[in-house]
Amino acid sequence: MEQLLNDFSPGLFIMQTILFLGLIFLMVRFAWKPIIKSLDEREEGIQSALDAAENAKKEMQNITADNEKLLKEARAERENMLKEARELKEKMIGDAKEQAEVEAGKMIKQAQASIETEKQAAIADLKKQMATLSVDIAEKVVRKELSADSKQLALVEEMLEEVTLN
Amino acid sequence: MRIVCRPITFITLFFTLMFSVVANAKSDNPQHSDEGAVDTQEEVTEYILHHIKDSHDFHLFSYTNSEGARKHVGFPLPVIVWSSKGPVAFMSSAFHHDDSGKVIVEKGGTRFVKVHSKIYELGSGAAGVSFDEAHHPTNAHSVLDLSITKSVFGILLVGLFMLWAFSSLARQYKDKQIPTGFGRVLEPLVLYVRDEIARPNIGDKHYRKFTGYLLTVFFFIWVMNLLGLTPLGFNVTGQLAVTAALAIFTLIIYTVSGNKEYWGHTLWMPGVPVLIRPVLAIIEVAGHFLIKPFSLLVRLFANISAGHIVVMSLIAIMVTMKASMGAFGATTLSFVLSFFITLIEVLVAFLQAYIFTMLSALFIGMAVAEHEHH
Repeated sequence: MEQLLNDFSPGLFIMQTILFLGLIFLMVRFAWKPIIKSLDEREEGIQSALDAAENAKKEMQNITADNEKLLKEARAERENMLKEARELKEKMIGDAKEQAEVEAGKMIKQAQASIETEKQAAIADLKKQMATLSVDIAEKVVRKELSADSKQLALVEEMLEEVTLN
Repeated sequence: MRIVCRPITFITLFFTLMFSVVANAKSDNPQHSDEGAVDTQEEVTEYILHHIKDSHDFHLFSYTNSEGARKHVGFPLPVIVWSSKGPVAFMSSAFHHDDSGKVIVEKGGTRFVKVHSKIYELGSGAAGVSFDEAHHPTNAHSVLDLSITKSVFGILLVGLFMLWAFSSLARQYKDKQIPTGFGRVLEPLVLYVRDEIARPNIGDKHYRKFTGYLLTVFFFIWVMNLLGLTPLGFNVTGQLAVTAALAIFTLIIYTVSGNKEYWGHTLWMPGVPVLIRPVLAIIEVAGHFLIKPFSLLVRLFANISAGHIVVMSLIAIMVTMKASMGAFGATTLSFVLSFFITLIEVLVAFLQAYIFTMLSALFIGMAVAEHEHH
């Protein structure tokens, strides 16, 4: 201990105190302050750059979300439009079919009616012709019979043949 | 084989540089032709004890030339002392490497002798210095020694180095964000001290004020410790005066910046029985003014001094074991052991700087902490 105290040099202590005080002052003034300031500035710069990147990312996400929404809406709209068109088409087809059916039914009815009329007319005509023919035949038969039986028969035969041909 | 050169087997660029600049060999005192030679166990002990002290001249190595004269290579440093007749300055070469009080220097009307790296002023009328049994001079008194000793020279060297290195780093930031070259090495160290030592121990709110001091202390101690491992033989952080000054800096800082709450807890601890409070106050005050600074100054001093003594002792194996192991064996053993211990010392150099800074930050942090009231 005495040896240690003997080795303690007050002069060196004073020199170290003065020099170190000067060193602290000079280092703070010329080194640490500017270094720490620059480091802080750099760190702030990095932080703000990171923040900006984060913000940009968020914005991007927002834009993507918006796009997605728009796309979704557009898709829904298209779907809607397609659906409407399909419905319209079906309705039109249905309407057309209905109309056609109605029309066809009408036409068929008309046709049937006209056929009926024609048939009636034809039947009436036939009846009339049959009557005329019958009257003619009868007339002729009557006429022939008056001349000869055989001839009358032949005539009838002939007439009948004619009728069939007719 | 005479081992007379400096302790550690590093060959640094700095060493050769210094050597070429200051190779002013001087021969003196032919009657002491073996002065400075280290050949025996006693001389080794003497040499090591001498080394861990401060010295007044920068001595690199000594050798005996072909004429048998002793040559010392190094350069003198200025001696500035405050004697009874006022300030006196002269170069340390005036003592002619004498360290036993034999050479008397007359300057400024008084006479000085140097004994064991300390300068004494001879009493008037004394023809020469005489000693008591404990080898303390009896007819001379010590003077306030403000010399540029080897340690002061080292402090100046490290201070200039730090100023140059870090101000050039600071200048780099003017035109670029990321430093290049040496600055790229220094920047992470600065960040390390700020983010791993200052900020966590002092707290985000107050750490800025103390970062400058902590950075200075950290780099000063670290570079000083590393310089001590070079063959230049600096032992600055192993000087009690230096570590005491550093510890007192920390003491002053945490004393001045201690807030009301800290002093309240120190002097009149709340939450304990009133009778115990004075006892705690004594302990806390002792902790504040004695234990904390002593833990700082003794730890650094002891670690670095011990490191120097161990490294030099291992190198001395070369001398002391030569008789029993032969020159080659002793040299090899010495080299291997001192090599590994030097590696450990490089780690210790950093560790001690870290611990000193870390504890300083911790003490400051305790003084400025703002507690949540419970």
